[in-house]
Amino acid sequence: MSRVSLRVANLRVHYRTLRGDVKALDGATFTVGDGEIMGLAGESGSGKSTLGKSLIRLDGRMRHVEGSVELDGKELPIWDSARMNTFRFREVSIIPQYAMSAMNPTRRIGRMVAELVESRGVGFGTVRPELERRLDLVQLSRDVLDSYPIELSGGMKQRMVMVISTLMNPSLLVADEITSALDVSTQKAVAETLVSFRDRGYVKSTIVITHDVSLVYQIADTIMVMYAGKLAEKAPTDVLVAAPRHPYTNLLISSLPEVGVRFSEKRLTGIPGSRPSRLQPPVGCRFRDRCPLAFEKCVEEPPFVEVERDHFVACWKAY
Amino acid sequence: MLELGRISKVYKVGAFGGKDLTAVRDVSFDVQAGEVVSLIGESGSGKSTIGKMILRLSPVTNGVITLDGVDISTFKRKQLKDYYRNVQGVFQDPFSCYNPIFKADRVIGMIKDEYFPEVSGPEWSGKVDASLEAVRLDPSQVLNKYPHQLSGGQLQRLLIARALLLDIKLLVADEIISMLDASTRIDVLNLLGDLKARGLGVLFITHDLSLGNYISEKTVILRRGRVVEMGVTDRVFGSPLHPYTKSLLASVPQLHKKWEQVEVELAAQGAGLSGRCVYHERYPSAGKAPGGDGGPPTLAEAEDGHFVACFRLDGDGTC
Repeated sequence: MSRVSLRVANLRVHYRTLRGDVKALDGATFTVGDGEIMGLAGESGSGKSTLGKSLIRLDGRMRHVEGSVELDGKELPIWDSARMNTFRFREVSIIPQYAMSAMNPTRRIGRMVAELVESRGVGFGTVRPELERRLDLVQLSRDVLDSYPIELSGGMKQRMVMVISTLMNPSLLVADEITSALDVSTQKAVAETLVSFRDRGYVKSTIVITHDVSLVYQIADTIMVMYAGKLAEKAPTDVLVAAPRHPYTNLLISSLPEVGVRFSEKRLTGIPGSRPSRLQPPVGCRFRDRCPLAFEKCVEEPPFVEVERDHFVACWKAY
Repeated sequence: MLELGRISKVYKVGAFGGKDLTAVRDVSFDVQAGEVVSLIGESGSGKSTIGKMILRLSPVTNGVITLDGVDISTFKRKQLKDYYRNVQGVFQDPFSCYNPIFKADRVIGMIKDEYFPEVSGPEWSGKVDASLEAVRLDPSQVLNKYPHQLSGGQLQRLLIARALLLDIKLLVADEIISMLDASTRIDVLNLLGDLKARGLGVLFITHDLSLGNYISEKTVILRRGRVVEMGVTDRVFGSPLHPYTKSLLASVPQLHKKWEQVEVELAAQGAGLSGRCVYHERYPSAGKAPGGDGGPPTLAEAEDGHFVACFRLDGDGTC
């Protein structure tokens, strides 16, 4: 991870609602290196999907408040949907959360891909050999190009969408909960495909958004944990899992049952309390109310700083 | 207590119901009082169908289900109502189990109207408070609220409390925690563990092996409607025999252990099993596809309390 590929600085994205702005992503500053697979973990409502989506397309309800995103030294105009068009698919690409329904049901897959690449000014003939090579790589038969999406199983659709999303060799790939609807064996194959795409240079860096820390532990180089719209911790995978510094990360990891841990022998505990509202978030550390280590200083907001090489934490107790 | 005796389920599919789909084939196991049995399978393995048959939501095509020795398919009206006094189900999506127009505690009021019309008001609210306490809910936080004001974990626990009001013997828990957040799901899981100490039998249906391993005494692994391996949880997870169980275990993402490491360990464990089929060593006379009426049992007892099916994975393969 020598060179920085993605640099996000103080990014804030809010959702407009009738009751005011929901501060879904409230100031994120981080970098992703060249060739890095970063796992982005968090519970529902942590802002992880908002972060992933804002790197590629803000939908109508999303409002870019401040902050900048730089990819390979060029600034991404994420607030300007029209200008982002030149970057989407070629520079940044996404595998959406519901890849199952991401493909046009009325087109044969091959024709859909042809329309897609031609809309970017690329002839289908020029990409077809590469497309077929990649289908072989993900172990899909070339016949799928003549099929309709409904004829494919969930795992096959997921792999097809992965191939399509990465066809233009984007610099950054955002994979949003791509394995949550799959069975364990398919899940493993899909996760390993992500790694092979990186190893073969189809994508430079990848952000894998998931609620499942144990899944990203298998494939990611670094893991970033979010809580209630804020970054909590980012560290190399082994460090984050073995020696987390943020109390939330620690509690989250220790609440996960693993194969081999039994209720009768070792009773795990959850995190008491519930996540704060993001309509009127509390001042100071967002995790304060549920945190066993909270003390007076926590009414001030802890900055997200590097406490060791490549290990960033936002907690007063960790410094 | 609850016993499934070689049950099968055939669905009619196709335009005029002209085709048969066998969702469950020749499945036998039992659930005792004070025991959690996890039923593990991937999507389409028939695990929910088994739960539905136990709850009498779907008729059994072949075989019998008995509760304390009585065939449940014979129950009509009054007896069926009494059956539901003993056996209740909780399902995956707590949000869709409530009518959003009414307050959430209506599900509790309906239990009183149907089953306890003679109980006086104060006595009833004492009972409600006790069962809410059993699921660790604060009555003031959940009573008199609408479903949208409560979290998924609270709604799910309210449904369990509702089932407990009836003094049930058996709870069918179909994927009850897959919709919950990691930090709160362990609380619901621990709740099941506490309830079993009170003598409740639980059939815990899940696709997540680590959750099943954490909570259950006995494990049943399903594949395409058949039981492939079953027994004491320790044995099934500790020394899996069937190739399918092994492949499932090898695909589960674990924290602190990478996939490669798990594969090496499983390979070392199964070294003595390659090329063998424990089932056909026990029942050499059984046909290639064991099962059907009057044939030998579909599972062979490999060691005390650890059963395994024929090792064959595909229709024409050898075992």
